[in-house]
Amino acid sequence: MVLLVGLLVAGGLYSAFAPQSATAVDEDSRKVEAGRQLFLIGCASCHGKNASGVLTKSGNIYGPSLIGVGAAAVDFQVGTGRMPLTNSGPQAPRKEPVYTAEETSQLAAYVASLGPGPSVPGDEILDYQSVDEEGVKRGGEFFRTNCTACHNSVGAGGALPNGRYAPKLTGVSAKHMYEAMLTGPQQMPVFSDAVITPEDKRAVIAYVKALEDEPSYGGFGGGGLGPVVDGLIAWVIGIGGLVGFAVWIGAHGARVKKQ
Amino acid sequence: MNDRHEIERVEPIENPGLPEHLPRPTDVDPKQERRAELQVSGMFGLAGLLALAFCVFYFMIDLDQTFLNWSALNVALGATLGFSLLLIGAGAIQWAKKLMGDQEIIEMRHPAASSTQDREETLEALNAGIDESGFARRPLIRNSLLGAMGLLGLPAVVLLRDLGPLPHSMYETVWKKGMRVVNDVSGTPIKPSDLEVGQLVNAEPGILFETDADGERVLHGTEALQAKAKAAVIVVRMRPDDITPAKGRENWGIDGIVCYSKICTHVGCPISLWEQQTHHLLCPCHQSTFDLGDAGKVIFGPANRPLPQLQLGLDGEGYLIAMDDFQEVVGPSFPELKRGPKS
Repeated sequence: MVLLVGLLVAGGLYSAFAPQSATAVDEDSRKVEAGRQLFLIGCASCHGKNASGVLTKSGNIYGPSLIGVGAAAVDFQVGTGRMPLTNSGPQAPRKEPVYTAEETSQLAAYVASLGPGPSVPGDEILDYQSVDEEGVKRGGEFFRTNCTACHNSVGAGGALPNGRYAPKLTGVSAKHMYEAMLTGPQQMPVFSDAVITPEDKRAVIAYVKALEDEPSYGGFGGGGLGPVVDGLIAWVIGIGGLVGFAVWIGAHGARVKKQ
Repeated sequence: MNDRHEIERVEPIENPGLPEHLPRPTDVDPKQERRAELQVSGMFGLAGLLALAFCVFYFMIDLDQTFLNWSALNVALGATLGFSLLLIGAGAIQWAKKLMGDQEIIEMRHPAASSTQDREETLEALNAGIDESGFARRPLIRNSLLGAMGLLGLPAVVLLRDLGPLPHSMYETVWKKGMRVVNDVSGTPIKPSDLEVGQLVNAEPGILFETDADGERVLHGTEALQAKAKAAVIVVRMRPDDITPAKGRENWGIDGIVCYSKICTHVGCPISLWEQQTHHLLCPCHQSTFDLGDAGKVIFGPANRPLPQLQLGLDGEGYLIAMDDFQEVVGPSFPELKRGPKS
């Protein structure tokens, strides 16, 4: 009897799941294939037909290998419009994405199929609104320790050598911020999940988003660049304006000509 | 020489005197005069109204209210008070320029020194004071006073010494053999497998997160801050081929993971601006740039010695540990550095 029930359950489970997973596999492979087709048209000229990268004659990297970069890297680079690159330069700028969300996920599926790498984060870990005030404070500590050196204390971004820069973080989606920390695009370092845990990353995102919502009580933010900029504005515009005002006052007023 | 005195002294250019006085429109036209009067009183009146508005806004506007994403209270108070003061000033100037007396006046220069009589009286009083106090006649009192005042300078010098740590406190940090390298803020220990190529970890010595039996931090307060200020490090992972280690330090890293002091050798700013592809570490204060792929060498900026490297090892559980304290002094250079135990 127990055996019979066992067999029935096993059979039922099989019939319930097997066909579904078969179609899922089918769908996955179709997605990878669609991604490969897109890749061959839009990406292969720099990254190579097998995504293993292209070297220049002198041995420098023309387009890096994408094997093992994972779906998260593709979703970030293509989803923020940084890839495909329109022209070479110090840094790929953020621009309007070229591919649709579906095409991006197909490309990501193809690149993910080439080697193990970080996958696109799930919705639950991106739900920064669920982080409480304590968490936001902790996120701030992580942010100030790991991010402010380049991205500025309020996420306004900053300059790097040779025309490169750390972009500003306002208006960046939680998913793209998470993927950037996970994959380290361009000059940005990697912050792996083992060191900065997914919860910590979510707290950092919650902090950046909280900064965005914070009203600027002191008037113009001035890019959050601090006392140097404030001082420059006070001296040049404030005192300069007062000096101009004084010159205007001191100039002779109208006189009646000799009668 | 004699000829000179005989030459008649003449001004190079004849004194042209004052230009002819021309009246202002308000001096000759009663309508203009009335208009200026109304302008000035209008500005003063508006300034008064703004001062009243300041008081009204002070009580009316909530602290949390915003205006164009600024604090509504700050904007309202600043604008009313600022414009009130500005209008009083502008009104006063308009008054002086348009309506007050308008006669040019010449005031002749006078010598800067006081009159002879004043100077004689002052000297007399001073001498009388010296004489009566016996400052000159009683050298014992005078000299002991001068000595006491001189010695009073010493406490100030002794107190100045406390302004900063003496150089010898810079020769050591809390790092020692076997201390774990942990992530800053969270205090989690790090395994080499946790780190990917291109990774940056802002790390601290494990002792900063250690607690005693009562759950209290072993180091706290000023002690912990001073320890942290000297011992902060950054851990980065590069491809092992990209690293040119310093001589004799080939085994100081683990699979391309290296650890350097986070304190700039220029004036001690914490540096963690890490470019993962160029392997350059930049100091945000004065743009000193260190190449961590090349033993922390200075490649740009005012710093004049490489970043001190910390030798890494693994403990029994496979976590990153320090193998020793730094071999060089961390932080900014100072005059005694070359004569110290580490140079």
